[in-house]
Amino acid sequence: MHELSIVLSIIDGVTEEAKLRGARGVSAVHLRLGALSGVVKPALLFAYDLACEGTLLQGSQLIVEESPMVVHCPACDADRTVESPQSFRCPVCGAYAANISRGHEIQVVAMELV
Amino acid sequence: MTAGQPRLVEVRLNVLKKNDVLARELRNRFAESGVRVISLVSSPGSGKTAFLEKILSGLRQEFRVAALVGDLATENDASRLARSQVPVKQIVTGTICHLEAEMVRNALEGWDLHALDFLFIENVGNLVCPSSYDLGEELRLVLLSVTEGEDKPLKYPTIFNTADVAVITKIDLAEAVQFDWMLAERNIQLVRPGMQILEVSAKTGEGMNQATDLFVSLLAGATTKK
Repeated sequence: MHELSIVLSIIDGVTEEAKLRGARGVSAVHLRLGALSGVVKPALLFAYDLACEGTLLQGSQLIVEESPMVVHCPACDADRTVESPQSFRCPVCGAYAANISRGHEIQVVAMELV
Repeated sequence: MTAGQPRLVEVRLNVLKKNDVLARELRNRFAESGVRVISLVSSPGSGKTAFLEKILSGLRQEFRVAALVGDLATENDASRLARSQVPVKQIVTGTICHLEAEMVRNALEGWDLHALDFLFIENVGNLVCPSSYDLGEELRLVLLSVTEGEDKPLKYPTIFNTADVAVITKIDLAEAVQFDWMLAERNIQLVRPGMQILEVSAKTGEGMNQATDLFVSLLAGATTKK
């Protein structure tokens, strides 16, 4: 249950960015969450509301965009989206593909400021 | 700005940036000091401490070895590891279920890394949370005991994917639990193609030499690079 730590980092980062831009408050935070991030969305949302209390983010909405895992297939020499982290195989040719191009990200991509 | 109308601002804010930056600093420090840093992750009860006890006792005959060990509430693991007569420091994490780079940095305060060949970091027993946190280690081992079942890699693919080597532990019990080696290896390859697998029993000592050899080969690698 490290989602609370993650949420606290989100709040710190967003507060800093929002203050830099002279915002009085934050109404929404858009977060991109990779399939390999190790973060569970419901736990994140659960921790978010509580942790935001008393901060610039109080009452804001956390909008999570889950992004799939992308691997580089050595046989096809192409990036392929993989459905599940339980199988690192190219969905086109079936080869094992160990090189991850995307999927680890825990990234705030936008904020809605008031 | 129109009152009440929120404005959308695009940013690129990596939430774990602070940890990643610290981990990179640690990795550089370890490399400069010439210490090889190996971390261990697994679920509670997979045998991290037993494995490490044997490894520390073996390596300390020839090398300068130390260990950091993360635990939620007790210092039991540190006391067990201290029996192998190497410097051991406990990181009591309280309610935090994983180690972070900052905890490692703080625990190392006052330690002369140049005086070490190996530093082992035993993470908190947990197959979920530690996967998100880079500790600056060179090699991450994920342990899986035969009693846990062959499907652990499929249940916790992320942690297996962030690790470099899988260590199957308690192999002296494999027969009793009818452990399916082929299935376990297949599952590991599915979540981390090409992953090296070690098979050990800390109790009987079987396979422990291969593990020690793997660590010692890291030192050899360092010498060639220089």
